[in-house]
Amino acid sequence: MALITCASLSLGYEGKTVVSDLTFQVEKGNYLCIIGENGSGKSTLIRALLGLKEVSRGEIRYGDGFSRQGIGYLPQQTLVQRDFPATVTEIVRTGFLNRKRFSFFYSEEEKEKANGIMDKLSVSPYKSSSYKALSGGQQQRVLLARALCAAKDLLLLDEPTAGLDPLMSSTLYRMIEQLNHEGLTIIMVTHDMDAALRYASHILHLHKDTSFFGTREEYDHCQVCAQFLDGEEQTND
Amino acid sequence: MTDFFAVLASFFSYPFVQKALLVGSLISLSAALLGTTLVLKRYSMIGDGLSHVGFGALAIATSFHIADVAMGFALPVVVIAAFFLLRLSENSKIHGDAAIALISTTSLAVGYMVMHKNGTNVDVGNYMFGNVFTITDGDAVLSVVLAIAVMLLFVFFYHKIFCVTFDESFSKAIGVSPGIYNGVIAVLTAVVVVLGMRMMGTLLISALMIFPSLTSMRFCKSFRGVVAASALVSLLAFLLGIVLAHLLDFPAGSTIVVVNALIYLMAMLFSKIRGRL
Repeated sequence: MALITCASLSLGYEGKTVVSDLTFQVEKGNYLCIIGENGSGKSTLIRALLGLKEVSRGEIRYGDGFSRQGIGYLPQQTLVQRDFPATVTEIVRTGFLNRKRFSFFYSEEEKEKANGIMDKLSVSPYKSSSYKALSGGQQQRVLLARALCAAKDLLLLDEPTAGLDPLMSSTLYRMIEQLNHEGLTIIMVTHDMDAALRYASHILHLHKDTSFFGTREEYDHCQVCAQFLDGEEQTND
Repeated sequence: MTDFFAVLASFFSYPFVQKALLVGSLISLSAALLGTTLVLKRYSMIGDGLSHVGFGALAIATSFHIADVAMGFALPVVVIAAFFLLRLSENSKIHGDAAIALISTTSLAVGYMVMHKNGTNVDVGNYMFGNVFTITDGDAVLSVVLAIAVMLLFVFFYHKIFCVTFDESFSKAIGVSPGIYNGVIAVLTAVVVVLGMRMMGTLLISALMIFPSLTSMRFCKSFRGVVAASALVSLLAFLLGIVLAHLLDFPAGSTIVVVNALIYLMAMLFSKIRGRL
């Protein structure tokens, strides 16, 4: 059974439908990129997957022993965070709070695990540095480390490379690719078509009533998608 | 020198001074702790807005000769205003700062209108700038309860408060509801404001929330450091302020704010110099 199954899913705000009749599955180990124009419902879909948004019609099913609490989420950065006085370690460890209802402190095991994750993403050298002193790319890796502390099987990334320069972006993409190779399922919202076509195993292209879902190969050969791409190019001109 | 200590010793021996010290320290501590998350969330002016609402409520209560229960009237009004302000900043088309300005000026205006009509003999200055030596036993009990509540909140929910302050979207996603923490912080802030108004006055209470954390942010790089340092700075500024006020015959509330401002200036210079080296 798939990790996540969306069946005839419709989402909207106050009677206005943003996403209609969407069906797709995410299997363990997939790398799904969600693309689409502004306002096509990418953020709304993410909110629904996280359980922060009611589904208007259809349903989202979680299978394979997976639950919503096991999603590691990397939200878009906010202005408040950029000059926040907190050390990297403090931030990374908050990922474990998803398993804490009535315990108030981190266990030794969790601290160890956080250290391991920081090593893996090469943020250990700045683990006692202040978050606000880091570069955009370093900050994003810290937030990725926090998401990994929360993640059991699935990582949900909302435009992880927004505001990063090409070098930082490609470092981050390589890290995400590595995590995917190690078996972690990835869902990534992105505006970066090149990255989507390069790294994804599956693509979900949101577009009013004619959204596309399929493997990357299918996307290459899809007529409607070609129109999307052409259409986008035309509007860009 | 012995004279100096004799003056201080006699000052501290008065029961009303001891009460002022106890209540003042507890309120300074609570205000500083709550202030760190409010400042970091860009809600610095909420304390100011709430104190104006408190002024309006107290003015109405006093004018209708229900002064004995004035606190009992002001407290719920300010708590409701706190919820309202937080919700307004989150959802509405009026942005947070504008919402606070609207509510605080309206309350101030209504409060002064009622005061002017009904009680011409009320000393407005006392409301505006407070008097740390007129604290009642009721205030003292309430401030002990408040300080215990704030401390428990910060000991047991420290990590969650940090998580919510740093990133609301992430907190929601992992099931740490920002709404609950924001609500609890709003209620406690309202209590700090109403209690603190008696001591610092409507116009000055918000300084107790903002200065200590801004000072700490100048030299601490961890959240834990900022929280601990704010509490210490706030206590230090209060004690220093009240002693200076007594020695130099200044009003206590204003002196505490000025001491806070001076400490902030020093921290700023210190961090500038350290940055140059």
